[in-house]
Amino acid sequence: MKNIKVLGTGCANCKRTLALIEEAAKAKGIDIELEKIEDIGAIMGYGVMSTPGVVIDGEVVHAGGVPDRKKVEGWLSA
Amino acid sequence: MFDQLGNWVAFTLLGLDPQGAAGAAVQFFVMDTAKIFFMLVTVIYIMGLLRAMLSPEKVRDYVRGKPKWMARSSAVTLGAVTPFCSCSSVPLFIGFVEAGIPLGVTFSFLIASPMINEVAVVILIGILGWELTLMYVAAGLTVAYVGGMIMERFKPERWVEAYVWKIQMGEMAQAKPDTSLAGRHRYAWNEVREIVGRLWKWVVAGIAVGALFHGYVPEEWVTEHLGGKDNWLAVPGAVLLGVPLYSNATGVIPVAEAMLGKGVAIGTTLAFMMSIATLSLPEMIILRKVIKWPALALYAGILATAFMLVGWGFNLLSH
Repeated sequence: MKNIKVLGTGCANCKRTLALIEEAAKAKGIDIELEKIEDIGAIMGYGVMSTPGVVIDGEVVHAGGVPDRKKVEGWLSA
Repeated sequence: MFDQLGNWVAFTLLGLDPQGAAGAAVQFFVMDTAKIFFMLVTVIYIMGLLRAMLSPEKVRDYVRGKPKWMARSSAVTLGAVTPFCSCSSVPLFIGFVEAGIPLGVTFSFLIASPMINEVAVVILIGILGWELTLMYVAAGLTVAYVGGMIMERFKPERWVEAYVWKIQMGEMAQAKPDTSLAGRHRYAWNEVREIVGRLWKWVVAGIAVGALFHGYVPEEWVTEHLGGKDNWLAVPGAVLLGVPLYSNATGVIPVAEAMLGKGVAIGTTLAFMMSIATLSLPEMIILRKVIKWPALALYAGILATAFMLVGWGFNLLSH
C-alpha cells in the first residue's frame, strides 16, 4: 500500500490537494495511506518550501500548487 | 474590441445612457473584465508552456552563498518573477534563513515578490501603457532593494523566533518535468486554472471598485480632494488607505486605471498601488509566526515611508 503525505500548513490549496488525491484513489479503487503533514519543521525536512507538496513513499514528487488530476492518477498507478 | 464589447453591453443591450453614471460604470466593468481575463489566461498559459515560472526552491539555491550585493539584486529580480502564494511565506522565510541568506536579502525578496510579477506587468502594459509600467517596476525594484538594506541596519536577527534557527532542511530531489507537448499543455492549463482560481476574486473586486469610481465619482471632487499634484497629504492618505485594504497586484490595476482617468496624480496612484499590493494585514499575521512584532512594525514603517517618497517623487517629476 502506498503511503502518501500532503505537506501544507493548512491553506486552501493544501486541502484541495488532499481531497483530490483521496477522490482519485477512491475512483480507481486503490487503497492508500493518506497523511497530512502540518508541522513546518517536518515539511522543511523534505526540502519543500512552496506548499502544498506531495510525498509518496518518502519521496517528494510535487511541490508548489495543486497538482493536476492526470498527474495524481499517474502516481497512483505507478 | 473590448471597448466595443463594453459599449454594446452597456448602451445597446441594457440601453443605459452613455452620459450617465450607471452607463459609464457598466461599460468600464464589462470592458475591463473581458480585457483583463483574456490577458490573464493568455499570459499564464504561455508562461506555463515555456515553463518560465520560477520556484522559490530554485531562487534559494541561486541566491545562497553569493556576495551580498549580488544576492540582493538577484533576490529582488527573481522575486519579481516568482509567483508564490502568501501562505508559503513562512516556509520560504525559514528556507532562506536555513540557507544562510542574510535576513535583509530575504526581506528584499518578500517586498519584491507580491509587488511585481510578470502577469501583473503584462496587464499593466495592456491597460496603462509602457511608461507607467516602467515607472512602477523601477520604483518597486528600488523600494525592495533599499527597503531590505535598511531593514538589515536594525539587526532583525534578534526578532526571529527561536525555533526558526533550529529547523534543518532536507534536500529535495525535484521530480522531472514532463516536457512533451501534451505534458506542457496540461501543465500550462493547470497553471491557468490554479492562478486564475486564486486571483479572480481580487480582480473582479478591483474592476468593480474601478467601475464605481469611473462612473460615480465626479472629476471636480477628485481635483478638489485627491487631485492636485500640490496636495501633499494625498500621498500619505493613499498609502494609509492601502494598509487595511489588500488586493493582489493584478487586482489593483483597474482601480489605478479609473483613478488616473479622473485626474489623480501619477505619484499618488503609484503609492496607492504599491501599498495595496504589498502592505497587508493578513500577510503580516502569517509572518508573525517567524518574526516578532517589532520587526513587523519596522517592516511596515519602512515600506510606508518608501511608498510616500515614491509618491511625492513622481508627483514632483510630473510637474
